[in-house]
Amino acid sequence: MSGLDRRWIYLAMMLAVALPILWNGVTGKTFPESPTPPSQACFDAIEALPEGSRVLVSFDYDPASEGELAPMATSFMRHLMHKRLKPVVIALWPLGPTKAEETIASVIKTDFPDRVNGKDFVNLGFQTGNEGVLKVIGTDFRKQFPVDRSGTPVDRLPIMDGITKAGDFPLVITISAGYPGGKEWVQYVSSSNPGLVLLAGVTGVQASQVYSYYPGQLRGMLAAIKGAAEYEALVSAAIDGDRVTAPKYTEARRRMAPQLFGHVLLIALIVLGNAMYFAQKRCKAVAP
Amino acid sequence: MSRSIALLICLVGGLTMLVSPFLPMATGWANDVTDWFNILAAMAFVLGGGSLLKVQLMRLSARGPGWGYSAVTLLAFAVTLWVGLGKVGVVADPSAPMVPWSGKPDDEGSAFWWIYLYVMTPITSTLFAVLAFYVASAAFRAFRAKNLEATLLLATAFVILLGRTFAGVVLTGWLPDWASGLRLENLAVTIMDVFNTAGNRAIIIGIALGVASTGIRLLLGLDRSYLGGDA
Repeated sequence: MSGLDRRWIYLAMMLAVALPILWNGVTGKTFPESPTPPSQACFDAIEALPEGSRVLVSFDYDPASEGELAPMATSFMRHLMHKRLKPVVIALWPLGPTKAEETIASVIKTDFPDRVNGKDFVNLGFQTGNEGVLKVIGTDFRKQFPVDRSGTPVDRLPIMDGITKAGDFPLVITISAGYPGGKEWVQYVSSSNPGLVLLAGVTGVQASQVYSYYPGQLRGMLAAIKGAAEYEALVSAAIDGDRVTAPKYTEARRRMAPQLFGHVLLIALIVLGNAMYFAQKRCKAVAP
Repeated sequence: MSRSIALLICLVGGLTMLVSPFLPMATGWANDVTDWFNILAAMAFVLGGGSLLKVQLMRLSARGPGWGYSAVTLLAFAVTLWVGLGKVGVVADPSAPMVPWSGKPDDEGSAFWWIYLYVMTPITSTLFAVLAFYVASAAFRAFRAKNLEATLLLATAFVILLGRTFAGVVLTGWLPDWASGLRLENLAVTIMDVFNTAGNRAIIIGIALGVASTGIRLLLGLDRSYLGGDA
């Protein structure tokens, strides 16, 4: 058993993930989610904003983390649109604007076609410089983002009227996969703007580090796909009520079943490995 | 002389950034210094590209083990660079339909967009997903309760793994309200909230103190390792 071919483990993991995905696809069922305080805080912070407020949303991830973070982005955007808030989208990662465009196409252009680009939402694209960008937008937003993604000067965009620095936004959301991300937003933006509310959606790997800033500098946090599923359930309950939710708005919850069986398999493998380890140890102790 | 100039630039740039939060008149200077950084970072892209070419071409010419990967890297680099800089397949912007290069290189329909959607996205997503298999194999082979610390780590991992899924509700959801703190999903939150936060904050404060002292050494010219050589 100790010489177990690792391909059996790979096969078991593949089945543990694939079968729940198939089960999801056939039945359409998901597990119920009860929100933890950090996820509930994200929902409450957005609910508390008056209609028409502008929200800075930073897409700080790329396709590698899409599995965890894209459902968060979708839920955030849907919630903002439903509340008639106005997202100003930026990115600190080079591939962030493309992810943002995908979310805008999937949520705003499909389900909220009455919203006007430049007036109700805008994508200002990527700016290189990592925390340097954050440092500058703390005092001069337009220096780093002078035009939107299609080249229109921000001075001509109604959504940017009166915005001169990051602190002019009542709420900032970062959806981040690493550096630069949640930690840098806390250090360079939240800390120097005490009135600003910062929310972060982060990967599981990042969560333990970013959790240190909650609930002080970071008002709310979605940690990994579990946090995304909790927030998605809150948004669906608020918008859909008893109606059937469109599949694209259940992505996070549908990923909880593969996660459950993957985790259970992981625990089973650890228990099995330890059982074999102690059995071998006892055999060696008994042997003459 | 050149080292003195480098030290002076470091001193001026560092001091400007340091005083800008306290002096409103220095805010604009700090933003300018950040622009210098961005210009330097752009130059670093060129250096990085040159370095990649040098290393991969040397490996290719030596025909050492894995030289095929170098060939693939060079080919991917050249094609992506050509497609991006040349705006291959870019659709003209509606505001200037007669100018074929007026669209953005990553607009839908362009070759760069195609590479992003059909090459980069699947590759990076697959590489990330493959981690699940390696983690499972490594957990089976290496995660052992050899001593008290390892056992505690193991128990914590089990609580987090179960508490972050519906298994936590199934296994401990029956506990009465007065014992709800022992439910796995609540235990997972407590571990993150108390133990993880305490440990991480200690690390963050330690790092901040280290960064501050290193920064002072750099500003004063006591630490010149960034200049290279024996400076």
